[in-house]
Amino acid sequence: MRAQFVASEVGNGLKRNLTMTLAVIITVAVSLTLFGVSLLVRSQVDTMKDFWYDKVEVSIFLCAKGSDTPSCVGGEVTRAQRDQIRADLESLRPLVSEIYYESRTEAFARFQEQFANSPIVDSVSENALPESFRVKLSDPTQYDVVASAFAGRPGIEQVNDQRQVLDKFFRLLGGLQAVALIIAIVMLVVTVLLIVNTMRVAAFSRRRETGIMRLVGASNLYIQLPFLLEAAVSAGIGALLAVGGLVLAKSIVIDQVLAPSFQFTAFVGWDAVFAIAPLLLIVGIGLSGIAAFFTLRKYLRV
Amino acid sequence: MILFDSVTKLYPNQARPALEDASLEIEKGEFVFLVGPSGSGKSTFLRLVLREERPTSGNVWVLGKDLMRLSNWKIPALRREIGTVFQDFRLLPNKTVFENVAFALEVIGKPKSHIRKVVPEVLEVVGLEGKEDRRPDELSGGEQQRVAIARAFVNRPKLLIADEPTGNLDPGTSVGIMKLLDRINRLGTTVVMSTHDAQIVDQMRRRVIELEHGHVVRDQSRGVYGYAR
Repeated sequence: MRAQFVASEVGNGLKRNLTMTLAVIITVAVSLTLFGVSLLVRSQVDTMKDFWYDKVEVSIFLCAKGSDTPSCVGGEVTRAQRDQIRADLESLRPLVSEIYYESRTEAFARFQEQFANSPIVDSVSENALPESFRVKLSDPTQYDVVASAFAGRPGIEQVNDQRQVLDKFFRLLGGLQAVALIIAIVMLVVTVLLIVNTMRVAAFSRRRETGIMRLVGASNLYIQLPFLLEAAVSAGIGALLAVGGLVLAKSIVIDQVLAPSFQFTAFVGWDAVFAIAPLLLIVGIGLSGIAAFFTLRKYLRV
Repeated sequence: MILFDSVTKLYPNQARPALEDASLEIEKGEFVFLVGPSGSGKSTFLRLVLREERPTSGNVWVLGKDLMRLSNWKIPALRREIGTVFQDFRLLPNKTVFENVAFALEVIGKPKSHIRKVVPEVLEVVGLEGKEDRRPDELSGGEQQRVAIARAFVNRPKLLIADEPTGNLDPGTSVGIMKLLDRINRLGTTVVMSTHDAQIVDQMRRRVIELEHGHVVRDQSRGVYGYAR
């Protein structure tokens, strides 16, 4: 095997077929960027889950004056009821890992802080906010145990799981990720078809050379390797561009745009980018290799 | 050298076989003309020898190898021992004479030093010394065919297949090509040549195998072209 001969064949092939080469590079870059972004969104969801599930709590709102929920017909929660609820929560340990009582005054202070810049603050009085127990669970998925034990009990207006609110949000993100993944997969299929077609054109434009190679007894590897390498080189360049796109997405979109404006949540770190990057290279080169291999079996048989 | 044992070749979607129950043997060192009208099976015969096709039934032996049992990856090794020349020369137009011949060696992985040594030698054999740097379009048809023969012969193959090598040449040039093929034959290479050129066959007086509708209808040592008269 003469490396120099193969290398010059690859170079000539890429130059001769410049427009097709560019088309392959661009589609590989775009589809792999999309693929990478969808993977990044997935690890973003995981990061946010880790971040938020630690912080979520179950809120047990107690009856305030004038609540019209059926469990609140007895009027405002009594001290006995409140103590009983606390005792029952204590009995649920270790599932219940932390219990924190929030009085009406505290609730109002927190409300004012949360909506500091909103006119709604002035329209809400301290009495409108219920007192509550804030409960942390050692296993947040066991929310139902708490809900069934307390929901509908006299003195309890409502049992609320923050996790469910978060889950809706994560489902939305998950849906976006699935859409991106589907588009990426469709694009990858298109990329394979384009590579197949590019190979076909390349094989056709070099049929004279390959015909002579076959006649003088060049091995299959010798005949096909330049085509395989061409596909791999253009797909490799495309994959590198996709990695570059991912790095830009992380350093500009996430670090400079999203992170400063959404400081309350965590974003994916560079480790996620570095985990995805080699995957993009492997998928890109692998796809082109597979596409080329099957094309060549068909068009460059001995 | 070549042995066909009741070989039939039926191409897909064709009613009549291109070659039917053909049996013949070609010995080492022979010079054989393959004659017959178009569609008589000459090209199929040559394609079977080169293992570009497999017979539908029967056995083909070439250079001691049973082509029915030859695995795909061994085909290149077989073809390295067979030189091939065609009516349309099949040269690479963007390469010089030297490069065209060298190409056949490069693609089977021969080292540069070997190429620099043997290409000038073979160009001398075919009478093209001094034209190494010409491109095919600067050469006459006869010279182009000599380049093709040089490329086919540069590996000193045991067998040379020539598919109507004089089909595109005028009679005078054809004689030169035939002298060259004769010389190659005398150097020890078996030559099988298909042709329509009655004059050449009649002059050379070598073994003639005539095909018609896929059958061997004549096999004559020191024969003539035949059917036209």
